[in-house]
Parts: sequence; structure tokens; C-alpha cells
Amino acid sequence: MALAWQLATVVGIRLETPHVKSYALELPAWPGHRAGQHVDLRLTAEDGYQAQRSYSIASAPTGAPRVELTVERVKEGEVSPFLHDVVVVGDTFEARGPIGGYFVWEPDATAPLVLVAGGSGIVPLMAMLRHRATVGANAPATLLYSSRTASDVIYGAELDALATRGDGLRVVQTLTRQQPPGWSGYRRRIDRAMLAEVLAGAGENAAQAFVCGPTPLVEVVAQGLVGLGVPAQRVKTERFGPSGG
Amino acid sequence: MSERYVTRGFVGRRAETAAATVGRVPPGQYVTSDFPVLSAGPTPHTALSEWTFTIDGLLAAPVTWRWDEFTELPTQDFVVDISCVTKWTKLNTRWRGVSLDRLLEHVQLEPAAAFAVAWSDGGYTTNVPLPDLLNGQAFVAWDYDGRPLAPEHGGPARLVVPHLYFWKSAKWVRGLRLLERDQPGFWESFGYHNRGDPWREQRYSGD
Repeated sequence: MALAWQLATVVGIRLETPHVKSYALELPAWPGHRAGQHVDLRLTAEDGYQAQRSYSIASAPTGAPRVELTVERVKEGEVSPFLHDVVVVGDTFEARGPIGGYFVWEPDATAPLVLVAGGSGIVPLMAMLRHRATVGANAPATLLYSSRTASDVIYGAELDALATRGDGLRVVQTLTRQQPPGWSGYRRRIDRAMLAEVLAGAGENAAQAFVCGPTPLVEVVAQGLVGLGVPAQRVKTERFGPSGG
Repeated sequence: MSERYVTRGFVGRRAETAAATVGRVPPGQYVTSDFPVLSAGPTPHTALSEWTFTIDGLLAAPVTWRWDEFTELPTQDFVVDISCVTKWTKLNTRWRGVSLDRLLEHVQLEPAAAFAVAWSDGGYTTNVPLPDLLNGQAFVAWDYDGRPLAPEHGGPARLVVPHLYFWKSAKWVRGLRLLERDQPGFWESFGYHNRGDPWREQRYSGD
């Protein structure tokens, strides 16, 4: 079964941070997705030149033929500046998916969930948290999320709301470059000591971990989680480098 | 989709289609100058004293090299273009290692051997038809760009099969098993194409 290209229509655009926007897409033949999967976009210029990129799906599976992508504008990028600067509601582009079947959270999972994100690495993890909330899962879950400054935090208000549902989710944030007055979270890059503090008592021996962010963060966190007792095969990673866009 | 579809307002960057790269960038790929890292789990760190490389399966007898033995095999320098299914292509990557042709001189293949599965520290596997590994098309590399291959890029050693999407170039490779029948590896079992030829844009199952 091939994954066919279909014409996606932009039905909503939301500014998440000064450099990050979310795009709601309607897809006529969307087969549904699982939290953590991607969609491929293909853009075609007048002369036939094409560019493709993969983007993580931010929305929970709903059964509706609709997905939401969250895209960071990569300076010097080819596709993300186009999405940010040109695309408006009603535009169309080709899309296909869902892609990927490993970095995926299943709603019947009972293992304590450990999510660690850096920057826009939060996107596939947000699909998992949104899915977890929609299905009413209440196994313990911890999100450790690293951003540069408070204005770079993606989904900030929604994360605060999710953390107050009383369903076993704990959200811990670190701001690595600049912190607002009264900031009570961490103030440095994620390191082994931070992981140990945040995960103490989180049932790490039985945990299922998903880590997504830039390579240096993923290296430190994946190694750190294994050092804290999370079995290596239960640490799933996704990385993005400075390239892309 | 109809070939006539045009994305409103999309122009694209054309720097990459400069003369030097014509015919070298597979469809749907863009050229990058850095070296993105992708992997599904933690980076393994195997000590060289523990490291071995084994060829087994449909052979008269399996063979295993220790690190010092392996890196004393006849080495070659390779300059190749590589393409990742996540859409980046990197031109003129420079590697040092040993070709699969040289390695397979040390074993006697059974006539039925038609496929190989490469396996790695950390449990990764990927399948490659045997003909894709022969005639200078594939090698096991331990140096990249004049330096020991970094762990996040697959060091101490990785398989490199540059004419297929780069997930076939198994990082942290420790062995090759020769089989009569094809056996999908890790990504091939998660919806990615079984062979992964970038020029035919075989990204996902069914492409």
C-alpha cells in the first residue's frame, strides 16, 4: 500500500511563539495517525521545481481528516520560511502520511511515561500529551521541557492547563538563556543531575521514554536516562540538527 | 497527484541546483553542508577491546575480526554522496574503511546466499540484497573526514551503502548475516521501503 500524495488545505494558522506557527490541515483521504508520527509536505514551484520536508504532527488522533503541524521558522531554510511568510488560510499543498511507526505512544500503555523535549522537539511529544488527555489516561507522566527563553516556550498555556488536570502529569521546565522575574523552574541546559532530580520516584525502571530535540540534548538525555536505569530499548529518540527547514 | 499542481507562491531555493550538483541530488532531496544525526535510541558506546565484526549465515564457516585485525585489512578511501530519507543529501563525504568485497574474500558463500542483514550494537538491523553490497558499492568505515568516526555518527564503525537511503548504512555495525530469503530490518518493519533507492524515491513501503 503506497502512501499517496493528497492535497491538504490550510484551515487554520496560529502563532505559537515569535518563530513558531501551527497549521491546521484538512486532508481528504487521511487514514488517521498515532501520536508521534509525521507527515511529508511537497511544494511545487511554477517551473516544476519541488521541495519536500517531514514535519511532526502536533495534534492527537481524532478520527477527523485533519492534522495540526507546528513548524519553527528556520533562518536560511527553504520550506519553513515559505510556510511562515507566504502561506495563508485556504492555501493548499501536497501531503502524505502518516510516516513512522517507532516513535509512537499508544494510549493503552501503562508504563510511566517520561518525555524530554528541547525547543520544537516538544511537537511530537505534545501529540502524545494531547492524546493522553483525550483518552483519559492517568498512568504517571513527566515532561521535562527545555527552551531558551520564556517567549520561546511552545504550547505554554496549554501545558499549564494539562498539568492541573490531576491525571498524573507533571510538567517541569528549564529556561537556558534568560528567565523572567520569579521563575521557579530550572535555569540551565538539561544534564544528568537534573534528570535524576526530576525523575526521582518516577518509576524509571519501568518507564517508557521519548526524547526529541537537537542532537546534543538527545545525546545527554538518552545516555542519562540509561544511566538512571531506564532500559535502553525503552528510550526512543528523535533528533533534529541545525540543518533542515 | 496531477503533475500540473503548483503551490501558490512557492519559489524554492535554487542555489543547490548549481552546475556542480546537477545529476547528483535525487528527487525530493535538498543539499546540506552539515551532517544531521538521526537514530531511534541511545548511542551505544562499545569499547574497542570488546568490539568484533562477524560475518555469518550461509557460509562454509563464519569469520570474526577483532578491532585491531579489522582495521588492518586492506583499507581504501571513499568519497561518496549520501542521501537520508528525511530529505537531506550531503555531497563528497570522505570515509576510510574496508570494502565489502575485501571482507567477503575471507568467506566462502553458499550459492543460496542472496540477502544480508547488518546488525548493530543497540539492536538495530537493516536488510540489503547481496548484489547491493558488491563491486565497490559498500564498505565498513571507521574514519570520517580524516578523523575517527564519532559515536553519534555510528562510530566505532558503520556500514556505508551510499547508493541507498542512509538508514541502510547501519551505525555501530557489528556484523553481517547472509541469508537465502529477505528479512526486513528495523525501519523496513516500520513502513519504510524495503530497498530504499533514492533515485527511484523509494522512501516508504509501496513507493
